[in-house]
Amino acid sequence: MHTLGTGVARLAISMSLTATLMAAAAGNLFAQQADPPPPWKQGQPAGVANSQLAPVAPPPVPTPADKLPLDKLSLKAGFKIEVYAAGVPNARTLRLGDKGSVFVSSRLQDKVHAIITKDGKREVKVVASGLHRPNGIALHKGTLYIAELSQISKIDNIEDNLDNPPKPTVILSDLPKDEPHGWKYLTVGPDEKLYFQIGVPCNICVPSERHGKIYRVGLDGQGLEVYASGIRQIVGMDWHPKLKQLYFSENSRDWLSEDVPEDKLNRVTQAGKDNFGYPYCHQGNFPDPEFGWGRSCSEFTKPVALLGPHSAALGLRFYTGNGLGKEYRNVIFLARHGSWNRSVKVGGDVVVIKLNEDGTFRSMEPFVTGFIQHNNYVGRPVDVLPMKDGSLLISDDFNGAVYRVSRTGRVATK
Amino acid sequence: MILTVQFIVLAAPVVSRPNEPSIRGRGAPRIFWHGLKPMNAGRRTLWLAVTLLGFGAQPAWTTTIEERLAPCLACHGENGQSANPEIPSIGAQPSPYLLIQLFLFREKLRRLDLMNDAVKGLSDDDLRAFADTIAKLPPPRPSADPGDPARIERGQALIRQYRCNICHDADLAGRDNVPRIAGQREDFLVKTMREYKGNVRAGYDASMAEVLQPVSDADILDLAYFVARQR
Repeated sequence: MHTLGTGVARLAISMSLTATLMAAAAGNLFAQQADPPPPWKQGQPAGVANSQLAPVAPPPVPTPADKLPLDKLSLKAGFKIEVYAAGVPNARTLRLGDKGSVFVSSRLQDKVHAIITKDGKREVKVVASGLHRPNGIALHKGTLYIAELSQISKIDNIEDNLDNPPKPTVILSDLPKDEPHGWKYLTVGPDEKLYFQIGVPCNICVPSERHGKIYRVGLDGQGLEVYASGIRQIVGMDWHPKLKQLYFSENSRDWLSEDVPEDKLNRVTQAGKDNFGYPYCHQGNFPDPEFGWGRSCSEFTKPVALLGPHSAALGLRFYTGNGLGKEYRNVIFLARHGSWNRSVKVGGDVVVIKLNEDGTFRSMEPFVTGFIQHNNYVGRPVDVLPMKDGSLLISDDFNGAVYRVSRTGRVATK
Repeated sequence: MILTVQFIVLAAPVVSRPNEPSIRGRGAPRIFWHGLKPMNAGRRTLWLAVTLLGFGAQPAWTTTIEERLAPCLACHGENGQSANPEIPSIGAQPSPYLLIQLFLFREKLRRLDLMNDAVKGLSDDDLRAFADTIAKLPPPRPSADPGDPARIERGQALIRQYRCNICHDADLAGRDNVPRIAGQREDFLVKTMREYKGNVRAGYDASMAEVLQPVSDADILDLAYFVARQR
């Protein structure tokens, strides 16, 4: 590396130049390396260095209703999309109460909101605040469960106390406090237990015994046990309506390549035993270039489907209603938040995944598209929620909004 | 008007007055105050005035955003270049990044009593106005000392190894939600990286905590050494 002295000299010279020239010199600093770098410095080709692949941060303040990107979104003929509620900061997980309230979590802010419909008007209320990364929420028999970064709490009879909700009561604490992939997804199983994950505190690493797993625990916070392992991060889970198996989306590692590995749709068929391969095997067939040596993908549970590279497959829900038409009965609606670690962004849509009778993959097709415009986000879908009237809600954490998709005309239900 | 007062106050000789409990914010972390130059009487009066008036809240006798910015620059430095240990330079930070930080302070999602109090009660439009104005201040100028060439080269290699230049840009000037780090105070860079790695500073999202997970403390020191000298 010859540039030590010259680099400093150039810096010194550049100080005497004009501001414009200084900026140019600084910009060229990284381009001055002529010799090949030693192996420990390699791994950043010029194409990467020149790209702009930063995680996308949503604006902290929600987008006003009249500025939401509805006109940019596309649906199949026969469907329409409208604003269900605006002004829901960082809207993430969606849950429906028995009395019709829609609960919305957030990841980057400290609140859980409820959207209430009264006399045809919608009102957004704060039902819990002062929380840390309250991404995971679930409703069961009138109780709201909230999974923060390192604890799970509950509020009983939440829909009877929307005007003056009590503080959440902690039922499970002392979970790891790691910020990377520390936010949780939470769901209640057919066995009336809470299911959540502890993601890995890194992009790629061999995690501790506690990390990279799905856990289940009783509604009282007792009886914690491992349900599945070898998982990087999850932001969506739901239960197959007939098979009663847990399906979940998994976000795969970054910085390996533009197109590999893809995010996954997984399912647990052997409680406590399934291992999905992280960090040794990605997408069911690709050993990690660093950690995969001496391991084989055949050791691990295969994914149900691959969901696109870096696409950030998040919320998913089985649709058991009739309102969207018979072809959608028992399909999975899944929100792909969209990539950041890829030159040409992918995802930014809601897809329909159809399964065979045995729960294996049949097809995937777009349902709502257009959140990516000219390789930039105009919104980012996070979760979906089938409503009792058959419509489908979609949360958007970039704009702080919830949309509603429904049929425009008569629906064939048989 | 306030800017003029501020200038005179800052230019006045600093009188040593250790242990000023009356001006230490309730519960303010000691580390924040440790090493701050003790204020002289005039500066303390201004400090008390802005504190009593609610800091960022708009008093009747000031009108422009530049005047309302004066109390910020009392700590963050004239033109946004900080001379105070562990207090960051804010000049030429990207406006979206500044808005996020001001928002986090207002909502107490980033905890620092003095900053939480400073932006308390500000409207979204206020936050945007401050962000836009601070973004137009000049970038901090690192000292003329080019630094130890061996550490500079090592820091530069680490920048590429950990891909700092991909999000913060090749010249480390930041963009959008990613802050400018070029020319930032070295002590603040070290403190911030350690806080991200230790899950002490949560950040808006977990990006920096994830990035720093494999970074050793020795690497943090070399990264800060290089970045602070980058212009």
